[in-house]
Amino acid sequence: MKPDRETVRGHLHAMLRIRRFEEKCAELYGAGLIRGFLHLYIGEEAVAAGVVPRIAPGDAILATYREHGHALLRGIPARQIMAEMYGKQEGCSHGRGGSMHLFDVSRRFYGGNAIVAGALPMAVGFGLGDRMRGTGAVTACFFGEGAVAEGEFHEAANLASLWKLPVLFCCENNLYAMGTALDRSEADTDLCEKARSYRMEARSVDGMDVFAVAEAARAALEYVRSGAGPLFLELKTYRFRAHSMFDPELYRSREEVEAWRERCPIESLKRTASAAGLLTDEDVASIERAIATEIDDAVAFAEAGTWEPVDTLARDVYARASGGSS
Amino acid sequence: MTDTVRMTYREALRQGLLAALRRDPTVFLMGEDVGRYGGTYAVSKGFLEEFGEDRIRDAPLSESGFVGAGIGAALNGLKPVVEVMTVNFSLLALDQIVNNAATLRHMSGGQINVPVVIRMTTGGGRQLAAQHSHSLEGWYAHVPGLRIVAPATHADAYGMILAALDDPDPVIIFEHAMLLNVEGELAAEPGPVDLDRAAVRRGGSHATVVTYGGSVPKALEAAGELAKEGIEAEVVDLRSLRPLDDATVMASVRKTHRVVIVDEGWKSGSLSAEIMARIVEQAFFDLDAPMIRVCSEEVPVPYARHLEEAALPQVADVVAAVRQVVA
Repeated sequence: MKPDRETVRGHLHAMLRIRRFEEKCAELYGAGLIRGFLHLYIGEEAVAAGVVPRIAPGDAILATYREHGHALLRGIPARQIMAEMYGKQEGCSHGRGGSMHLFDVSRRFYGGNAIVAGALPMAVGFGLGDRMRGTGAVTACFFGEGAVAEGEFHEAANLASLWKLPVLFCCENNLYAMGTALDRSEADTDLCEKARSYRMEARSVDGMDVFAVAEAARAALEYVRSGAGPLFLELKTYRFRAHSMFDPELYRSREEVEAWRERCPIESLKRTASAAGLLTDEDVASIERAIATEIDDAVAFAEAGTWEPVDTLARDVYARASGGSS
Repeated sequence: MTDTVRMTYREALRQGLLAALRRDPTVFLMGEDVGRYGGTYAVSKGFLEEFGEDRIRDAPLSESGFVGAGIGAALNGLKPVVEVMTVNFSLLALDQIVNNAATLRHMSGGQINVPVVIRMTTGGGRQLAAQHSHSLEGWYAHVPGLRIVAPATHADAYGMILAALDDPDPVIIFEHAMLLNVEGELAAEPGPVDLDRAAVRRGGSHATVVTYGGSVPKALEAAGELAKEGIEAEVVDLRSLRPLDDATVMASVRKTHRVVIVDEGWKSGSLSAEIMARIVEQAFFDLDAPMIRVCSEEVPVPYARHLEEAALPQVADVVAAVRQVVA
């Protein structure tokens, strides 16, 4: 399929939004305005940009603690995400979640989950809900390759396949589970083989190529929606930044990081699209301007946000107040 | 006088679950051997035939997987009842229960309710040794966001499942294995029960026995024996282990001024310790004697019958403790 100007601009806009938003987050973290853990997605943008816009509004998304990009592209306003980073009550999780726990149920975005593989069994339940209620919707569950070492991955894979549930398992393989390389943690580094051992359809795609990801996501969602069962989609990618802001990156060489940076999904797209005459410098500049405006607005919104009064600390632990007990 | 039917506690559980499945098509039961086998403890016998494989869903041995699936299904429009064979096995699902079910509402700023119901057996007394006999409900009662209940009567065995399904929060129901064959009366048309309040199962003025679950019949039997000596023990059944109904407990303490706590969990870091601490905080000056706890010995529950009996709270232990506290 030949890409057109509109598609190129759409992909570039999606990836640059994530990149610039997170660069701003890193800056604000340095300034002490964002605290806690901050896991940047920089380098992996083609994955979210390729997959998330293909997921229908009625479908559900479950993500990990490295989910800023997915949340942005799902349509949670940047200002609400930034306010959440600040811990303000105007944030998308009212300041209770932070960077790792972005939620927006109105957009069927069921969170950043900060337990590796912790969302996978829930994704099975979402699939069960859609199947038993006959909604026709599907659930997309994102996780890193580190999750594949967890028992919950294997339990969830077996259940989803056994029950033929409409779940798309999106494995973002960035080669490192925090600092442990895939080949130092898995006896078999072929992740698709693991999914296939549960008789699950499994496919692998270059996660640095947004066109390839978008096409793979489209086909995968079509497969899952058809009722054929779950699908495991491996997205081969790389994180350019440290695991979190506390990571000194002693586990990988500068040369390796540099080699992957050469394959930056944003720069690659710019190069190939410009060469094909599908993108001008002015296109890039106008996209950058729009994003800068959006991010400035998000920061201003977060700065102007308010702190939840401490006297409501105990709210939202239970949905129902208990009569007289504690 | 309303009509009652005589049945086992197991049958009361079964009738409650049956009523739940019949009244709401989004309710489904999921767990190991709930379907074709008929339930490990025969609680769901015959359900598969009536409701089919979708709603009586046999799950593979993957506690974390199917408990998590229950949580996900609860977030996506269904009313799951997840059965875990015993509390010991539920430890394999702790991640889903503690990190997801208990946190999602809070972490999302109140956007999500998690109306999942999880049932499991608890407790010793059947010579099943140290991996099938423990009482770990106190651990779950530690966690904000969960509701923990322990039905001790037939009315609660029947009604708590229905109340739990009506509740927007995650509820864990602990069914003591030694209660399953206990015969009792259930109203022919049982009324609703709540999940919040403790209940005074026997009135008395000399001492308060605070207990729950499988220890309630033991406490009542002890109270019967003590009455022959002229000692009137009041038996408070907590029913809800989280939240705790402090008001009912304190009202009894202020009446009797003497307290025995019976808890099949171990003493250290236990529910019995929590109750004692609350009484000290809220009713210390009402106490006429140091409180006494009757708990399991601090050993993994052993197999040999005489050793298991020695390890678990017995009626004679409760009788002795009450005698001591009123002396």
